[in-house]
Amino acid sequence: MASMRDIKRRKGSIQSTQQITKAMKLVSTVKLQRAKTRAEQTQGYFSAMYDTVQAMLSRSGNINHPYLKGSESPKKLVILVTSNRGLAGGYNSNVIKLVTQGDFKKEDVIVVAVGKKGKDAMKRYGYDVPYDFSDIVESPQYSDAMQLSNIVLNAFAKGEVGEIYLAYTHFKNTVVHVPTLMRLLPVDKAGMEGKQETEKSPIPMNYEPDDEEALNLIIPKYVTSLIFGGLVEAAASENGARMQAMDSATSNAEEMIDKLTLQYNRARQGSITQELTEIIAGAQAIS
Amino acid sequence: MAEERSFELEIITPERSFYKNMVTMVEFNTTEGQIGVYKNHIPMTVIIKPGVLTITEEEGKKQAALHAGFATILQEKVTILAEVIEWPDEIDLERAESARTRAEERLRAGDAATDIVRAETALLRAMARINTIR
Repeated sequence: MASMRDIKRRKGSIQSTQQITKAMKLVSTVKLQRAKTRAEQTQGYFSAMYDTVQAMLSRSGNINHPYLKGSESPKKLVILVTSNRGLAGGYNSNVIKLVTQGDFKKEDVIVVAVGKKGKDAMKRYGYDVPYDFSDIVESPQYSDAMQLSNIVLNAFAKGEVGEIYLAYTHFKNTVVHVPTLMRLLPVDKAGMEGKQETEKSPIPMNYEPDDEEALNLIIPKYVTSLIFGGLVEAAASENGARMQAMDSATSNAEEMIDKLTLQYNRARQGSITQELTEIIAGAQAIS
Repeated sequence: MAEERSFELEIITPERSFYKNMVTMVEFNTTEGQIGVYKNHIPMTVIIKPGVLTITEEEGKKQAALHAGFATILQEKVTILAEVIEWPDEIDLERAESARTRAEERLRAGDAATDIVRAETALLRAMARINTIR
């Protein structure tokens, strides 16, 4: 049996760990609230954008626009949204797995890392990580998303990459976060969540400038909004994941402390009993 | 009569819902030029260029600097998806002035290295800000 002193020391160390995890949980709870509100606020913009682009695409079925068609290049650009810090449970590794265990060939993937954890992991796996946007993870601004989408759209327009993906964690609700790999470009019509046959407005829409021109201008905005939505949701998911991880860490620590307290008390009892036995035995020996 | 002339205007930015109310007219700048929209406009999607947005409500007018985005016009409703938009009290006049001077200088110098389109947009944006305040 471990000595009383050992058990006591161990209990102390677990207690201080618990204090840390508890504090981290509180911090991420507060951050989660903020991130959640932001994610909800962006929803309106995003769904309006989505509807517009949907409506445009359903009309412009036979337009042979590069944004819809894609180029020959086998290269795929993946925007990987992870966190800068760890201790968030499976949050980071789940997103990273999407890319490493998908059907992408390692040589064909170019990673745009948003988040230090993702950048480090992908480098370790031997992926090409030419861009790093890790400083925008904490509180993504729309201008950050614009900058990012400029880079990827440029690469796409020049034909350097054939497809653009966004890997992020979808924030379904506070406890459910789904790692998601979404294709941004070429915009794929069928894949857009089967929301195809929403009521089509009876009046045909006019575009000014013409369809193709409008598509040219709106698609980049669409991509930007998707990226921004992804960033904001990922920030919410990160804090949600961390909150959960820290919550279970705190309760695990609680459990361990209980167990150790019991062990400690037993050991104390044992040592008292032993001492008594020794004293009695000693007294008997004298008399 | 008021009811019959007004339509719903909604302005959404990525960060917030900027404005939502019944209005009688809205004016803004598009790639095709300045337009003003009344109720029962034909359905149209237009791309926005930097300019002053003027909202005419029953009670009076409101202005804002609208920089980028696009608008979907329907007969009963106008939705503006604005990437960047500011109310007059959010604009920093000094900064706008200096941006204007900078852009003008760059355009005047006109050497090959300058990105003309970018400088022009910057100028338009600065002008929109300044005009909104005045």
